[in-house]
Amino acid sequence: MNAQERLLGIADDELVLGWRESEWTGIAPLLEEDVAFSSIAQNEIGHARALYQLIVGEEGDADALAFDRELEKYRCAPLVELQLLDWAHTIARRWLYEIADEIRLAALKDDPDPAVAGLAAKIDREETYHRMHAAMWHERLRDEPRFQAAVEELWPYAVGLLPSELRDELAVRTGLDLPSDNLSQAHERGTHTDELGPLWEEMTEVRRSAPAGAQW
Amino acid sequence: MAAVEVPRDEQAFLEYVQSGGQVETTDWMPDDYRAKLIKFIEMHGNSELMGVLPEREWILRAPTLQRKLALTAKVQDEVGHSQLIYRVVEDLGKPREQCLQDLVDGKAKFHNVFHYPTYTWGDVGVIAWLVDAAAIISQKALLKCSYAPYARIMKKICWEESFHILHGRDVILAMITGTQEQFELVQEALDRWWGPLMQFHGNPIPKDEDPMYLWRIKSQGNEEARQQFLDGYVPQILELGLELHDPKLRKRDDGVWEYSEPDWDELKHVVTGHGPKTEERLAFRRRFLEQEQWVRDVVLAA
Amino acid sequence: MNEWEVFRRERKGQPFEHAGSVVAPDADFAEAWAREQYGRRGESVALWLVPRDAIRDVEDWADEFDLKYRRVDGYSIKARLKEARERAGTAPRDR
Repeated sequence: MNAQERLLGIADDELVLGWRESEWTGIAPLLEEDVAFSSIAQNEIGHARALYQLIVGEEGDADALAFDRELEKYRCAPLVELQLLDWAHTIARRWLYEIADEIRLAALKDDPDPAVAGLAAKIDREETYHRMHAAMWHERLRDEPRFQAAVEELWPYAVGLLPSELRDELAVRTGLDLPSDNLSQAHERGTHTDELGPLWEEMTEVRRSAPAGAQW
Repeated sequence: MAAVEVPRDEQAFLEYVQSGGQVETTDWMPDDYRAKLIKFIEMHGNSELMGVLPEREWILRAPTLQRKLALTAKVQDEVGHSQLIYRVVEDLGKPREQCLQDLVDGKAKFHNVFHYPTYTWGDVGVIAWLVDAAAIISQKALLKCSYAPYARIMKKICWEESFHILHGRDVILAMITGTQEQFELVQEALDRWWGPLMQFHGNPIPKDEDPMYLWRIKSQGNEEARQQFLDGYVPQILELGLELHDPKLRKRDDGVWEYSEPDWDELKHVVTGHGPKTEERLAFRRRFLEQEQWVRDVVLAA
Repeated sequence: MNEWEVFRRERKGQPFEHAGSVVAPDADFAEAWAREQYGRRGESVALWLVPRDAIRDVEDWADEFDLKYRRVDGYSIKARLKEARERAGTAPRDR
């Protein structure tokens, strides 16, 4: 995977995860959390936007890159495509995602391209608050059987988020064992779940209703 | 200097609030004042929360990243407002859990506009621009509410609403200056929303017969609010080339707006839980309220 | 109940002012939630979060005796000042 593909993968992860997390708007378990969670979703979309803009260049159309591709051209990992409209799974994914994201951002901050390294550093600083939030919820839910089950279920997907050279660190940080060939396999980036199609349909419904280039 | 004492008798209390007196949470208040206050403020909280549901669908379908962010932020504000508002109700004696349960059980009211369906991105613009405009007129009047904790949160609410209207107008303007189909989407949405907008501020009960005004919970009558809305927004609508199809709508020489009598029966029917989308939206909210009760049990346990 | 009162400083030089409250099980949750409710638009440079039951409410004072001697409204110097000026010949001319 070249650098561009790698960035696109991260951008698509942030877009789709942000989209999924915005599904909780108005229906989160506590009003205070609803407000806080919405900021996280907005931040993810903001990161996606910045990454898309970096890829297309200053004069390029980030929206076109975000929305106007065919399904097979999206590079998001299966983890973010899943609709998880229950809190245990949602927080399990949050927690796993933030740990994985921190690991890959650390690598990106050392990128030879200063624009990439700079953006990674900016994203990383904003993610500090996401990590605090995820750790806080993990602390509170870790003893709940349904949360533990959710983490176990999503773990193979979380592994698939990272390139193989970063997976050992993920295992160390989460305290979970990497999937081996005999047991559950990681859900690798490169194929999509059957949830991405309907998501993309809904996400682009209004956009596709007008000719390309229409202003909104 | 003696501290201002809130009088402990209903007539004196009435005179006190009518001459601008303010009431805090721990002050004595007549039972009727407290009951009306709770009901009014609760309805406001319910409305902010129910308003989220139609708009939420369009967050998911927003056609650009910028619009997605703006709409998410706007709706986030509405949820934040409901948090501020339910806290006020809770400090008056009705727990938030009870408010939310009454809401999903259909025992509590919320504003008419949130019982109606949305069909297109045109609705998104019309709601953010005109529904929020109608709401902000009421909210500005509430800055003078005799119950001080409510008046204080209205400051934050009004401050946050200012971007909503601008965002709504921006959405509308982009479509008005876009394709012919986009223009027609806006016109069509406006046609559907005009009726509910005209009903929004409530039937024209004279101020002096409105208990909410007598207690100075509201500082303006319903008709006054509606006139303000028409005065501010009809010119803005017409200058875009949009049409308002009420043949009686006109401004008289004395500055008063005339219009076809809104359907007050429809308003009553809708706010008592019989709007086109009422049941579906309450059921949606009930589903998640029940499903995630375990989270509140875990988080709010001592 | 788990109310946390939120005080916010709008900008340097301003005092902390009461802004509202969040219902939260502990300081971490109160912080996470208050940060967003009272700071997502950069409207606060600092917050203080205080559990409601840590606050001692004080609302009444005794007002039985005449304490005007220690307040500005307890002093009316106009008449004596006029007399003093007349004696000294420095009274301002009547208009």
